[in-house]
Amino acid sequence: MTDTQWPVYEVFHQQARGEPHMHVGSIHAPDADMALILGKEQYCRRQACVNIWVVPHEAIHATAYENDDIFIRGTDKSYRESWGYQTPKTVRATDGGTADDG
Amino acid sequence: MVVAVDHEASGLSSSEYERKLAEFEARINRGEKIEPADWMPETYRKQLIRLIHVHANSEICGALPEGKWIPRAPTFKRKLALLAKVQDEVGHAQLLYRATETLGPTREQLVEDLISGRSKFSNVFHYPAETWADVAIIAWLIDGAAIVNQVMMSEGSYGPYARALKRICYEEAFHLKHGYEMCCVLARGTKVQRAMLQDALDRWWAPIMMFHGPSDKVSTHTELLVRWRIKLKTNDEQRQQFLRQFVPKMHDLKLKVPDPSLRFDKKSQQWLYDDPDWEEFKRVVCGGGPVTAERLEARRLAHVDGLWVREAMVAAAQNRPIPMPSPN
Ligand SMILES: [Fe+2]
Ligand SMILES: [Fe+2]
Repeated sequence: MTDTQWPVYEVFHQQARGEPHMHVGSIHAPDADMALILGKEQYCRRQACVNIWVVPHEAIHATAYENDDIFIRGTDKSYRESWGYQTPKTVRATDGGTADDG
Repeated sequence: MVVAVDHEASGLSSSEYERKLAEFEARINRGEKIEPADWMPETYRKQLIRLIHVHANSEICGALPEGKWIPRAPTFKRKLALLAKVQDEVGHAQLLYRATETLGPTREQLVEDLISGRSKFSNVFHYPAETWADVAIIAWLIDGAAIVNQVMMSEGSYGPYARALKRICYEEAFHLKHGYEMCCVLARGTKVQRAMLQDALDRWWAPIMMFHGPSDKVSTHTELLVRWRIKLKTNDEQRQQFLRQFVPKMHDLKLKVPDPSLRFDKKSQQWLYDDPDWEEFKRVVCGGGPVTAERLEARRLAHVDGLWVREAMVAAAQNRPIPMPSPN
C-alpha cells in the first residue's frame, strides 16, 4: 500500500483547558498517532492550542441537510426556557386558605 | 450550452434538472454555502476542481523560490520568518488539496497532475527569485495580490474552499507585513540596497500585473463563475483593487513603477496602465516559463525523495520494521 491514499482524520482543537474542542479541518495520515502529529503541524502553528483530537472520518455520522426540517420548532418551546416564566419582583405569600395553582 | 451539457451528464429529466438548478442558484443567491454532499451542476464541480487545484499547486510552487533563500537569509530573524512563511505556504497547499478532494479527485491524482505538468500553477512562480530583494518583493506584492484574491474567494459559495481560505488569510497577514517591512528596510537602506529593490520591482512588475489573469475583455467563463459565486470579482476588478492598495505605497517608498502609462484617472476612478503581454502569460502558464521545468523537477524530486518517509510512516502504523532510505 505504498503511496496509496491514506485515511482521512478530522481534527478538533481545544484553545484552553475546559473549553470545548472545535472542528478545524482534516488531514491524511496512516494512523492516529501520525494524525496527531500532522494535525498539530497543520492546525496549531500559532494560535493557542492545548489539546487536539483526531477522529477517523468514517466515524462521523451526520444528519442530512435535506432533512433539516427535523430541527424546525413546530410548537412553542418557551416552556423549556428560563424566559418562558414570569415572576413578580416582590412576592408576598398569602397565608394559605384554598389556593389554586395557577 | 453549459446547462445542456450538465443536464446530459446529470442523468435527470430536463424538468427535474431545471428544478434542481433553480434551487441551487436560489441557495447561492441567499448566501448559503454549498457543501460536498449537496447537489451541484457538473460545471460548478469541474470549475471548482480546476480553480482550487491550481490554487493548491501555486502555494506549493510559490514555496520553492522562497525556500531557496532560507539558507541565504541575511539575518537569523529573517531566516526564522522565511522558514515560517514557507511552512505556511506548504500548509496552505495541504488545506487546498483537501478542499479539492471533497469534490472527487484523490490526493495522488492531484499531486501527479502537477508533477506531470497536466495541471497549471500561478504565472508568477514560473520566474526565478534572483536576489534577496526578490524575496521582499514577492512577500509584499505577490502575497498582497494573492490576498486581494483570497479575501474575495473566502466569501465564495463552496463551503470547504471558503473555510480553508479563512484560515489562509489569517496567516497571509503576517507574510504581507513581513514583506512590507523588508521592502521598507531596503528602500531606506544604502544605494545598493535601493537599486536592488528597484531592480526586483522592474523584473516582477509585468508578472504581477498578469497575476489576476487575462483582462475581462477576453476572459472566458467569468460570467458563470460570478453568477455561482465561485468568483466574486472579475480579474480586472481585482487588478484595480491591487493597484489602489499598493501603487501609493510604492510611491511612498520612492519606487519607480516600470510602466510610463500608469496613472490614476479621476474621471473613471480607475488606474490606467499598459496591458501586459498576454501572449507571454499564456505561454508561461502552459509550461513555457523561464523556470517552469526547474519548479516541476523540484516538486518531483521532493515527492520521490519523500517516498521512504511515507513508507516508514505506513510501516510504523502497521508495526512493521521501519525501512531506511536507499543510499542513491
Ligand atoms: Fe499562501
Ligand atoms: Fe503567503
